Order: sequence, then C-alpha cells, then structure tokens
Amino acid sequence: MNSILKIKNVNKNFGKISVLNDINIDIESGDFLVLVGPSGCGKSTLLNCIAGLEIIDSGDVFIDNKDMSDVAPKDRDIAMVFQSYALYPTMTVEKNITFGMKVRGVPDDVQKEKLKEVAKQLQIENLLKRKPGQLSGGQRQRVAMGRALVRNPRLFLFDEPLSNLDAKLRVEMRTEIKRLHYDLGASMVYVTHDQIEAMTLATKIVVMKDGFIQQIGTPAEIYNYPENIFVADFMGSPPMNLINATTIKEKNHYKINIKMEDGSIVSIKEKNKSKLPEDLLLGIRPENITETSLKNKQNCHIIRSKVDIIEPAGSDTFVVTKIGNTEVTARFNSETQVSVGSEIDFVVDLGKISYFDKLSGQRI
Amino acid sequence: MSNWLEKHLPKIVLGPSFLVIILFVYGFIAWTAWISFTRSRLMPKYDIDGFIQYQRLFDSPRWEVAIDNLFIFGFLFILISMLLGLVIAIFLDQKIRIEGALRTIYLYPMALSLIVTGTAWKWILNPGLGLESVIKGWGFKDFTFDWVINPDFAIYTVVIAGVWQASGFVMALFLAGLRSVDQEIIKAAQVDGVPTLRIYTAIIIPSMAPIFLSAFIVLAHLAIKSFDLVIALTGGGPGYATDLPATYMYTMAFSRGDIGQAASSAIIMMLVVFAVVVPYLYSELRNKNDQ
Amino acid sequence: MINNINNTNYTNLLLRFLLYFILIVFVLYYLLPLFVMITTSLKSLEEIRTGSLVSLPRNITFEAWGTAWSSACTGIQCEGLRPFFWNSIFIAIPAVFISTLIGALNGYVVAQWRFRGANIIFALMLFGCFIPFQVILLPMARILGLMDLAGSITGLIFVHVIYGIGFTTLFFRNYYVNIPNELVKAAKIDGATFLRIFWSIFLPLSLPIIVVTVIWQFTQIWNDFLFGVSFSQAGTQPITVALNNIVNSTTGVKEYNVDMAAAIIAAMPTLIVYVFAGKYFIRGLTAGSVKG
Repeated sequence: MNSILKIKNVNKNFGKISVLNDINIDIESGDFLVLVGPSGCGKSTLLNCIAGLEIIDSGDVFIDNKDMSDVAPKDRDIAMVFQSYALYPTMTVEKNITFGMKVRGVPDDVQKEKLKEVAKQLQIENLLKRKPGQLSGGQRQRVAMGRALVRNPRLFLFDEPLSNLDAKLRVEMRTEIKRLHYDLGASMVYVTHDQIEAMTLATKIVVMKDGFIQQIGTPAEIYNYPENIFVADFMGSPPMNLINATTIKEKNHYKINIKMEDGSIVSIKEKNKSKLPEDLLLGIRPENITETSLKNKQNCHIIRSKVDIIEPAGSDTFVVTKIGNTEVTARFNSETQVSVGSEIDFVVDLGKISYFDKLSGQRI
Repeated sequence: MSNWLEKHLPKIVLGPSFLVIILFVYGFIAWTAWISFTRSRLMPKYDIDGFIQYQRLFDSPRWEVAIDNLFIFGFLFILISMLLGLVIAIFLDQKIRIEGALRTIYLYPMALSLIVTGTAWKWILNPGLGLESVIKGWGFKDFTFDWVINPDFAIYTVVIAGVWQASGFVMALFLAGLRSVDQEIIKAAQVDGVPTLRIYTAIIIPSMAPIFLSAFIVLAHLAIKSFDLVIALTGGGPGYATDLPATYMYTMAFSRGDIGQAASSAIIMMLVVFAVVVPYLYSELRNKNDQ
Repeated sequence: MINNINNTNYTNLLLRFLLYFILIVFVLYYLLPLFVMITTSLKSLEEIRTGSLVSLPRNITFEAWGTAWSSACTGIQCEGLRPFFWNSIFIAIPAVFISTLIGALNGYVVAQWRFRGANIIFALMLFGCFIPFQVILLPMARILGLMDLAGSITGLIFVHVIYGIGFTTLFFRNYYVNIPNELVKAAKIDGATFLRIFWSIFLPLSLPIIVVTVIWQFTQIWNDFLFGVSFSQAGTQPITVALNNIVNSTTGVKEYNVDMAAAIIAAMPTLIVYVFAGKYFIRGLTAGSVKG
C-alpha cells in the first residue's frame, strides 16, 4: 500500500510555547487515523498543519508522497469538516456545497451532478434551498460533510466534527462516518478528545499530550498495551486501574506485593519479566477484574476485598473496591448479587496485567 | 507571484491605513509637540526654546479662565448628566408601557449637531424674548434670567445645553446596564423580601460600576473636546468669559496667528484627555487579554 | 427590570401615576427646544417680538424657511443655506463611503487574518480615536496647503476619511471578531482567495454593521464643525459652519425665525436618520463611545 500522509519531524511553536514536538506519523491509503488527546494537546494544530492552515516551523508533511511545504491549502487535495461546521451563513445549502467547485471553475453541469449525488448520499435533498440558520445541528453536520464529499479529495480531515451534537445524534453520526469510510475507502484524519469515538472509528490511533505523541497503534494495541500510564488512564471508560505495588527479586522470578489497607499483603508471582523496577504500577482493565473466575482458572489471582460502591450501568455493573491504597473499579455481570459492605473475592486475570515503572510512567 | 501576493495581501491592505495613522496622528502629534517648544508665532519656527510657550500659556489670564471653565463645565456637565441619566433610566426600567417612544424622545438630541443645540438654546435663553419673558408673562415681573450674557453665569448656560444634549445618551447606557444585571440575583432578593429601592441601591447600582466608568469617560472626553457648543451658544463670550481650552486653541491658531500658543494649548488638552482615557483603555485591554 | 410581585394597592397606583408624571415632565424638557425651534420658525418677526416663546404661531408662515434656505446671509454672501447643504452632502457621501470601505477591509484583516504586529497596529488606530483633534489642526492645515487641498471639498473629505478610519475599523473588527475563524479556513480549503472570502462570505454577512457604521460616520461628518471651520473657505463651508455664520452674523435685524428654520434644516438629515434607523444609531453610539 502507498503512503497517503507522512509527517516527518514536525515542530511548531506559538511564540515560546512549543505546541508540536517532533511529530512523526505515517498512514496508508484507506486508513482512518484518529488524533486523540485532552484539549491543548496539539491535535487540532497538527490537523491545521496537515491542511496547510498553519505553518510548521520545521519538518515535512507529505500527502501522497508529495512535499506540501509550498502548497496552499486549496492545492493539497484535501477536504475538511470543522467543529462549528463553518457553513457559509448567507449561502443556501446548495451554494455551500458548490462554492468550492465554483471557485475552482468546475463547469456548471458537473457541479449540479455532484451536488445531486452527494445530496442523495447524505439524504439532504430536501434541504438544498435552506440557509444554515434554518437547519438543526445534525442537518448542519450533514451539509458540512457534503461540502467535503463533493470535493472527492485524497484525504479527509475532521476537526472534532461531532462535539457540538447531543449524545444520541453523536452516536448516529459516528456510525454514519464509519459507514462512509467503508463505502468510499477514503483516507481520513480525525481529531477528537473523545476516546470512545477514537476507539470505534480508527484503524490507527495517535494519542497526544502536551505536543508529544504518546503512542501510535491500532485501537486494540492502544487499549491492551498502553505505552505509558497517561495512555492507560486516558483510553477506556472507566479507565484502567493503576495499583501501587513493590517488587522483590527472588531466584528465578519476581514477587509483586500489594499492601492492602488492613496491612495484609497480596503477593503475585511474575516469571516472565526479566527485570522489574522496585516501585511498580499494575495496570488492570475493569473487565479483567471479575466476580467469578473464567474458564481458564490457572492464570488468575484472587483478592478478597470489601465492596464500597455498586454502579449498575445496564449491561454491566461496576463495583468499586480498594486494592492497595487505590480505588479500583471492577466490571461485573449485571446479574451480580453482591451488596455494598460485603467482603467478596475479586478475580484478577493475570494475563492481562500491564506493568508500568512508577517513576517514568513507561510500560515495562 | 500570485501566491506571494495572496500571502501578503492582509498586510498590503492594512499597510496604507497604518502609514496614514502613523503620519497623520502620531506624526502630527509630534509636530505639534515640537512646535509647542519653539518661539513660533505666525509661522512655525523649528528651534527648540524650552517651555516658553507653556509659561506664556499659564501666565495668560484668558487661559486661566479657559481652564477654570473646563473644570466648572466638566464637573457639572458630568455630574448632572449622570444623575439625570441614572434617574431616568431607573424610572424607565419600571415596565413603562411607552418605553420605546420615551427612549426615542430622550435620546434624539444626540443626533443633532452641537451647533444646532447651541442655536436653539441661545434663543431659549435670550433675555429679551426667551424664557425670561415667558416667566415675566406669567406675572413674575421682576424675574431676570440673563445668564447667557452675564459673564459670571454664561458658562452655566453651556452646562444646561450640554446636559440636554448628552443626558439621554447616558440614560441609554445606564438602561442597558440595568437590563444586563443578572435577573436571578434580583429574583433571589425579592424572594428574600428586599424592598425595591434597596434592590437598586444595594444590588443593581453597585454591579453597574463599569458602566459608570464608561459613562464618565465618554462625558469627560466630550467635555474636554467641547468646542462647537460654546461657539454656537456664546461664541466664547461675553468677552472670553466662556472660553474653553478648545476655543482658546482655535482662537490662537486661526484668528490670533499665534501658532506657539495654539500648539502648547493643544498639547495640554491632549494630556488631559490621556490622563482620563489611558488608565481606562489600559484596564480594558488588560481585561480582554485575561479572558 | 424588577417585576413587582404585588402592586395592587392604592399607594402603588399613586406611585405609578407619579412615575408617569415625572417621565412626561422629562419628555417636555427634551422636546422644548425642538418645539420652540419649530414654532419660532413658523412665526413672523412681528409675532416673535410681541408673542410668547412657548405659544403656538397665530399665523403660520413659511417665509423664514425660504429665507433660511435661499437668501439668508452667511457673512458677505446671501444665498441661504442651500449651497452649504450641498457642500455637506458632497463631503459626507464620499467620506462615509470611503471610510466605511477601508474600515471593513481593515476590520476583516485585524479580526480574521492576524499577522505579527496586527494587534499593535489596531491598538495604535484605536488610540487615534481618542485624541482631541486640536492637536492635529495646525499640521493638517499645512499639509492640506502643501497638497493643494487647502479650503477645498476634497481636502475636507480627505480629513474626514483619515480620522474616521479608526472608528470604522473598530466597528468592523468588533463585528468580525465574533465570526468563527473556521469560516476562513473552510473557504481557504475551498480555494477562495483573501478578497473572494471577503466578497462572498464576509460582506454578505455585514449588512447590520455597515448600516451602523454608515449612520455613525454620516452623523459625525454631517455634524462636524471643527474640521469644517478650520479647513474650509467661503465657498466650501459645510452646513454647520454656515448655520453658525447665519446665527452669529451681526449685520441687519436679528431674524430669529430664520435662525430657527436654518437650524432645523441643518438638523434635518441626521434627525431623519435617527427617526428611521434609531436602533442602528444607538448601537453605533454605544459601540463608538464605550471605546471612544
């Protein structure tokens, strides 16, 4: 497959503040890349740099293997959907969609044809004569997509396109964007702060924080093997539990000790790691702490602890307890019969534990 | 080439205005300031000669009158306009059915030229045929109202006309301020049983401090620049009893041919304006940056 | 606005009556000069001398209006206000048009195309709005002389444009700054240029602020006296200067009715604007004054 977008050693500063630090990303044609991170992490700036709306201080951006350094946004063969939709307020939906083609001098009949095609695809045929002010949020969103679609670009850019919609509509549009990606086989770069959006849409996720890339990988990689405690905490809802522990080296294995509140110590044997630091954080996803052991009982460890809070969430029930000195969320089956205050066995799947160096926060 | 042009077009568009402002505002201020330090009379001279013009200025009885008048006029004009504006605004805020029409009437003087205002009030204050004779006609035979030609009182007629022109505008500012006070706070106070008058004095008016400041700045600025009104109403007279710095400057520049005096009085005016406006602008800009 | 929760008793009714009474007294105060101007302008000189200031005219005559318009003396010239009315029109229209256009473009740049230093330029312009114009009168008179524009209509247009730019830029900047910058970005990706984006997207959005700016500038320029009296000569004076000359001319009998008619004529254009577009006038006033 050929590279559709390549970002090499990109740096950008606003005055003295560095907003992008040595960014390197490479995606292939057909990829759905999601840039995710908390606000202020530089993800939108990076998207603007890809679009050519912001100038990078150093490094290179290649789209379809062509250096973009001197290429204006309009000549990059991209289309962009904005958070505020950025529909031209005085133009009708029709004019909004065809404005770009008009500016570029596309013949009228071609314009009409493309408009018709896109309007049908997005089911906005009955809205064409309206102005943006007369549309609902979801309809505006569709028009903004339509404006991008008529362009038939090499690369679609989305800047938090769903964040202004209400929760229900957001889920609907998410599915629609995913379907669009599948139908068109187009390459997309998508910015969001919502990790669920990132997980559901992406073929490849870039997690960013403070202008640095934290991790690049498929949703599964990011979820199961977070590179550091930031990623572990940011991705997943409820987030990964991070439990304080200390290690003791024995002959051919490590003993990992968790000091419980009552002073007792829970010990886990770890044979696979050759080197572990003294202070450790154990990363365990809530679904890997369950009520009853799974079929495979060997690789589990049972910790007895008191149930503090029960949060039924429909399909699952989240049970909060304390392991070591940290609050830990476990995901139980919704039919669970546990009650607050009772002491029960929590079954931890040892095969799914991530280890992080407490000092550096990095994965081991 | 077209890419270069496109990239620099914003600067090219703003450039001429920038140059014009630099030259015609800041350059001109510098020129006037320079002249104010020379012995220029009918024609400008460019040899710096210290504060001679400022000495002449502050030795001049006419300038002293102008400065005194500025303080009298400025103080009364600002005070009365604000009081009147506030009172009308509060009255208008009581769910008045014809509020729109009343507002239109209170504010129309602001659309008039000060020359028109001056002309109208000059006629109303005319001692022989104006208000004086009306009141005499009502039976008060000894009533006299000759302020407009009385050197001791003429400056107060300028205040009367100035307040008439500007108070409606202050009312509009205050009314907007009253309306922008958080309604929930007022409701909370009403639920607590606070009487209406107390709600105004304890809650609404204190929260309008920024509007008072704005109104003060606008009125002070108007007062210092006042020129047209005096010219039309009293012509600066009788004698020079109603001179203001603005009319002093104009007389020196265009009828006395004393450029040095004109320049130094203009610079003083500018300094007074800046003393009022700069702290305000500074705090405004700083607030904006904080947001 | 305070909603009275219970105002059904008589004290409240009385207070309410008092409130309206006071408001009406204020109405009389603000309308008195206009009333006096109109009635005086419709009276004969004879009736003015014998009658009362506040009485209605017994015999309505438009003679004073005719005199004011076409034969009152403004110094040595006795052609009434007519030529000066047209002078003001010829000054105001181009000056309003040019300063509004420049302000729109400047505001567009300052609000949407920020470049390094754009904010400083804007601050310098804003500051320029506050200076007392006395401080630029002397050098401006000399520059107009050097440019061969001294005492000309063109010269006055030039002066009004230059010292209007600060305000017009401020108006448009404050309007455009509330439009999301994403609009410009979207249009850039669509391939539109700087001017195309202004023309196709921003200008069609700008009608309200154009109205506000045009009204503000027109009122300012029409009502200007300082520039008019400083930079004009006998034939090129604007109407405010001519009005002042009529009123303060010392030759002949004092014709108060003509003075009042002339004052109304001079006030008419801005009053008409106020009556028909008061909303926009007030918006400009508050926008222009809170910052100027």
